[in-house]
Amino acid sequence: MEKNISTFKELREACEKTSKLIWEVIQAQEAEFAEVPPEEIRRLVKRSLDAMKESIQSGLKSKEMSISGMCGDDCDRLQKRFNSQSSLFGKTFEKITTYALAVIEENLRMGKIAACPTAGSCAIVPSVLIGVSEDLNVGEDEQINALITAGAIGRIVSNKVALAGAVAGCQAECGVASAMSAGALTQLRGGNVDEILNAVALALKNLLGLTCDPVCGLVEIPCVKRNPFLAVHAVTASELALAGIKSKIPLDEVVDALEQTGNLMSPMLKESSQAGLATTKTALELKERLFK
Amino acid sequence: MKQTSIIDIISPVMVGPSSSHTAGAIRLGLLARNIYHERPEKVTFKLYNSFARTGKGHGTDKGLLAGVLGLNVDDTRIKDIFQSDIAKSIKYEFQYLDDFNRHPNAVDFVFEGGRNMTVSGNSVGAGEIEITKIDEFSVNLTGKYNTLVLFYKDVPHMISRVTNSIHVNIASFHCDRYAKGQEASMCICLDGEISRKVIDFLYMLEDVYMIRYIEKLES
Repeated sequence: MEKNISTFKELREACEKTSKLIWEVIQAQEAEFAEVPPEEIRRLVKRSLDAMKESIQSGLKSKEMSISGMCGDDCDRLQKRFNSQSSLFGKTFEKITTYALAVIEENLRMGKIAACPTAGSCAIVPSVLIGVSEDLNVGEDEQINALITAGAIGRIVSNKVALAGAVAGCQAECGVASAMSAGALTQLRGGNVDEILNAVALALKNLLGLTCDPVCGLVEIPCVKRNPFLAVHAVTASELALAGIKSKIPLDEVVDALEQTGNLMSPMLKESSQAGLATTKTALELKERLFK
Repeated sequence: MKQTSIIDIISPVMVGPSSSHTAGAIRLGLLARNIYHERPEKVTFKLYNSFARTGKGHGTDKGLLAGVLGLNVDDTRIKDIFQSDIAKSIKYEFQYLDDFNRHPNAVDFVFEGGRNMTVSGNSVGAGEIEITKIDEFSVNLTGKYNTLVLFYKDVPHMISRVTNSIHVNIASFHCDRYAKGQEASMCICLDGEISRKVIDFLYMLEDVYMIRYIEKLES
């Protein structure tokens, strides 16, 4: 049995040696480790993909507020705006941002989502992957290839850093989700292995230091709006990488920086709601109203 | 290094809003249900620390109850579980506590019924969980392995008698006891499945008080 790929350098080498893309190498390896045929891995990936699509559709239709009553109707607002006024960046941008709000709002009203990689960052990968696939008429097989690519990226990062706000801040949740999306999108658009890994590095590098300071300790403020922002962030990274722009810092070193930044980040800014946005005057007033 | 799969990264498919506070709560409930194994008359849920403080907003209370009632992490009925008929079949109560000696996301399930039992566990992040105690015995269940839990009298050769009858690979093995010669516990995580026959055989062993075969949770 081959050794498990645990760094991006090893991933790149495995791809070079076999002249295969990231999804091909990882799909084969996952199947080997789980002792199942590759089709079984694809079936499980499709299950997640289908849940993502379902969550977009339910989210677009609902205006139901969360248990706290703080969030839940912003997707509706954005759809109304785009129905009467086109966005500056065109149709794909409209899809990505509305889909992102649809999914994350579906999450906070206890709807069904795929936690990719976590529930609080669950809208970034689907909005980019599915929004773009619809616009470019990309078939299901290629969407699955892209989602395997995203999963591979998340898995290798998680070897070093737990994908949890309580451990390393939001850079390890929404930050990694955005990096996974950048890689998936670059795969979807026919990028090579180098371009995919550069897109990931560019996306991740620009989110280092992002803290996790949720108001009232809930996955709502600032998580909801952060999802559409970081979905668009992934597109920027992918476009730059497809132009041949490289991250001067190799991806594995960016992950090292992510880990170190997470370790140096104060515990008060890691999902404990003891600082940052969570202790602003307005946040404290919201908290008082909610828990009275 | 422990093996992670890409499937763990791009899932679970779950009801929101939080992997640790919602999905983790449901999974804890499911495991506790499998450990208790009988239909309880009443369950008291003791939520600690962050579970107690932000649990309501995350639906942690709904998740714990839903798990005990056997609902899976992606069941959309969980949102309205308190109003549903399924929840009317048992009595339940929630207590919200602070205890900083406990994990930030800790819970005790206090089951009352034909047998009384307390099961304690933590939600450790990203939907991962651990059951750490059954009554007074420390155990280690994560829901990732089929697990055999035995309560027995602490006498020589118990371990070999049990392991000799299991013909699948053992992933981990954990023992605890109240005191020498008194009640003890064994918690054995398995790589495969064991048959009903093996469990029945183990039940026949002298000095075995209780056996639970807890199947791994769906991921």
